[in-house]
Amino acid sequence: MKPRHKRLILVVVALALLGLGATFVLKAFRSNLVFFYTPTEVFAGQVPQGQAFRIGGMVLEDSLQRNEDGVTVRFAVTDTIEDVPVQFTGILPDLFQEGKGVVAQGRINMEGMFVADQVLAKHDENYMPPEAAEALERAMKIKMETE
Amino acid sequence: MVPEIGHFAVILALCVAMAQAFFSLVGATRGYVNWMAVSRPSAYILFFLTSFGFCCLVISFLTNDFSVLNVASNSNSQLPWPYRLAASWGSHEGSLLLWVLMLSGWMAAVARFSKGLPNDMLSLILGVMALVAIGFYSFLLLTSNPFDRLLPPAMDGRDLNPLLQDPGMVIHPPMLYMGYVGFSVVFAFAIAALISGRLDTTWARWSRPWTTIAWAFLTIGIALGSWWAYYELGWGGWWFWDPVENASFMPWLCGTALMHSLLVTEKRGSFKVWTVLLAIITFSLSLLGTFLVRSGVLTSVHAFATDPERGVFILGFLVFVVGASLILFAWRAPKVGLGGRFDLVSRESALLANNVLLVVAAASVLLGTLYPLFLDALGLGKISVGPPYFDAVFIPIMAPAMFLMGIGPISRWKKSSVPDLAAKLKWAFVISIISASILPFTMGGWSLFVSFGLLLALWITLAGLVNLWTRLEQMSKGDGRTLWTSLLSLPNSYYGMLCAHLGVAVFVVGVTLVGGYEVEKDVKMSLGNTVTIGDYTIRLDALEELEGPNYTGVEGTMTILVDGEEVDQMFPQKRLYTVQQMAMTEAAIDTGFTRDLYISLGEPLSDGSWVVRVYLKPFVDWIWGGAFLMALGGVLAVSDRRYRKASEVSSSPEEVTTST
Amino acid sequence: MAPTRFLIPLGIFIAVAAFLFKGLSLDPKEVPSPLIGKAAPEFSLPILNASDTRFANVDMADKIWLLNVFASWCGPCLDEHPIIVNFARSAAVPILGFNYKDRPQAASQWLDRHGDPYDQVVVDLDGRIGLDYGVYGVPETFLIDREGIIRYKKIGPLTQADVSKDILPLIKELSE
Repeated sequence: MKPRHKRLILVVVALALLGLGATFVLKAFRSNLVFFYTPTEVFAGQVPQGQAFRIGGMVLEDSLQRNEDGVTVRFAVTDTIEDVPVQFTGILPDLFQEGKGVVAQGRINMEGMFVADQVLAKHDENYMPPEAAEALERAMKIKMETE
Repeated sequence: MVPEIGHFAVILALCVAMAQAFFSLVGATRGYVNWMAVSRPSAYILFFLTSFGFCCLVISFLTNDFSVLNVASNSNSQLPWPYRLAASWGSHEGSLLLWVLMLSGWMAAVARFSKGLPNDMLSLILGVMALVAIGFYSFLLLTSNPFDRLLPPAMDGRDLNPLLQDPGMVIHPPMLYMGYVGFSVVFAFAIAALISGRLDTTWARWSRPWTTIAWAFLTIGIALGSWWAYYELGWGGWWFWDPVENASFMPWLCGTALMHSLLVTEKRGSFKVWTVLLAIITFSLSLLGTFLVRSGVLTSVHAFATDPERGVFILGFLVFVVGASLILFAWRAPKVGLGGRFDLVSRESALLANNVLLVVAAASVLLGTLYPLFLDALGLGKISVGPPYFDAVFIPIMAPAMFLMGIGPISRWKKSSVPDLAAKLKWAFVISIISASILPFTMGGWSLFVSFGLLLALWITLAGLVNLWTRLEQMSKGDGRTLWTSLLSLPNSYYGMLCAHLGVAVFVVGVTLVGGYEVEKDVKMSLGNTVTIGDYTIRLDALEELEGPNYTGVEGTMTILVDGEEVDQMFPQKRLYTVQQMAMTEAAIDTGFTRDLYISLGEPLSDGSWVVRVYLKPFVDWIWGGAFLMALGGVLAVSDRRYRKASEVSSSPEEVTTST
Repeated sequence: MAPTRFLIPLGIFIAVAAFLFKGLSLDPKEVPSPLIGKAAPEFSLPILNASDTRFANVDMADKIWLLNVFASWCGPCLDEHPIIVNFARSAAVPILGFNYKDRPQAASQWLDRHGDPYDQVVVDLDGRIGLDYGVYGVPETFLIDREGIIRYKKIGPLTQADVSKDILPLIKELSE
């Protein structure tokens, strides 16, 4: 083989590796992006069925309930217009509180309950994740427009 | 007074850096010997002034001077003194001062340990580093002055974020920054080489130890951060693919590629353009990391002080540094000749493939980290890219790289033959396959993930042993040396490579087994209740009030039983830090060689019982053990005899006879 | 060896930098609030330490005033407190303290300890009025004009720059 051909093969192999990598990335991208919705959008049914997504808002006051087992909790996330019931099994973050911001990731089940597999907390005493803030801002906008 | 003196020292340091950049760069390009002579002493002065300023800040923290805003916001009179010390770099302002301290430290080190460098080269290098330093000193002084006064002074401080009140956090940032900033050295070497046009094997030889040591620090820094997240966040995870973590991981990936690419450039003169580009990219990613963490463009579980104004400054600086370097690159790189030719099957090819894979991996992390920002910028909605993406991308990309780790070191430079490689490695391969398919059965069930992970780890280890064995065999054939003298005469850099590669194998074992066999239970427990996990039964014996220096809380007493016998007691806590009113979960962890037992208190329930989370994490400590071995490998490689010689004797391009 | 390919890294970098720059301007704190330009929601709330007296926003009619949402449990409030105190000294406009979801006793202690810059402090115990004002990131600050229209809103701690660059010029403009 001439050196030029060898170099060519090398380039081809490197490009193939690159292509392979890119394929993985794109494939993973398509199936693993998590979109964000507000409770109002959830209520309007604008969310993907069977796919995980995030909701944000405030934990509705007096909505936290605990099942007998002690580890399954139910609460509602509100953007002040609509509430979405959420169920979560596990330990809530230290900063989870009624009336404070929250972001949950999970899916909607058949009964319209949002089953969260993750409840996120930012470690800040003034905890308001940007997504929750966005949900409240959007709700405020809708209210302003309808008034 | 102390803060003002410190402030003044930092202002002086900025002036010194400006003078240094001017005299060094102009002197080196024009050939003024007198001007160039400025660069070395000014590096020492810069380091002295910055250390002095840093000490002033530390004193303000240790003496509880709450008239300093930074102290009032990040410390408290009740805070134990080691954390007051750590608080001096716990804030944004303090961490930037640490950044410039590290940078000036690296500059002093370059001035001290580069006796073999020609004067003009050293001046260029220090001049480029001084330019970087100017950016950071101005940033510090203009937007984030750590010495700002608070009038009237606060009665007491707001306390350090409880999350950072931890021994791991005391040393994590300095280590991480040593690594981040350390890459500025190789970056400066690369820019100096581009300017002077001397992009040769000597350049690679000079750059290598600096890259390796910076990489070792970064490795330790990342590992400490991950370890801290593991025990302090109370969720038992060790890596979250959080933007802040990614920010440190991307330079690590590129730094790893750079180390290997520098090897080829030094030994064979190939990949010169690629190596120089990698050096630029690695440092750019370090700067990008600083930008991402400090500007607040990305949301993350790490809630650092963020400020858009600061973001604009860092971004401007980033654009200047990276843009200028890439323009310089586009201008000078085409003139760099090609290096030695090599065959398709050769060590060069293996290293090239490894480089491509590492860079693709880094690019995929970058994409995942920035993609939410891109979509947001285009107004296409808010999304998040979570761990599933990174896992799905990262494992398939890194697996072939790990496979190559077995082949690369044993193949020859220039040209290697496939049958020869196959003959050497066939047993290593066969044994790995057989053990990897059987071992999972003995550990609690076969799964493809575990089997594959073990295969990679075994393969790396066994191929390393074969490599060592082949070397020893050649040596004893050559001059009949005994095994022992052969072992002693192998260079440290060789052992460094083996050690670092073994570290990867150990790391993979940890990741695989904790991923495959971890057990997690969330249970409601009252006094006297038990929960069983694996072979362990955990009994809640007591719940007591807790009074710490700056927190109150509850401590549980958990008795661990194995086969009905008490073997240990563990004490998980739930703390409430009084000043910031912030709850913290202090997990109790029983660390073992083959498993960790991890207990954290969740929430109290109305009937006096607690939600408790227990984990059994097999081999989890191997993750950090592996990282430690990698860093140790880096240190070993730098301790090699030839570097000590090289720093004293002015060196000429090396012949391609030694093989490492 | 076409030299153009050496420009590829530069091109990629410029694209990334452009997005980063765009991203910076997207800072959530900078999003203009839909409340700006709207009438401040009405309230009538008890005054701190005098719960039988109430204070309503009509009491501020024909005045330009600052509404500062704070709570004793909120750390960043302490950060901005010296700035509010300073602002009060300049006495440009009256400041209404809006004590949000706090224990009144804790709030009084907090003000005793750190200084009370407020002309009046109202108590929003359950946060219902706070909801009308879209409060989510205590501290928050609103500037309200003579017609009762919200002119400015800042989420998060006020900085000296906010006061000198935004609030004071706005007050000047409004009082003309």
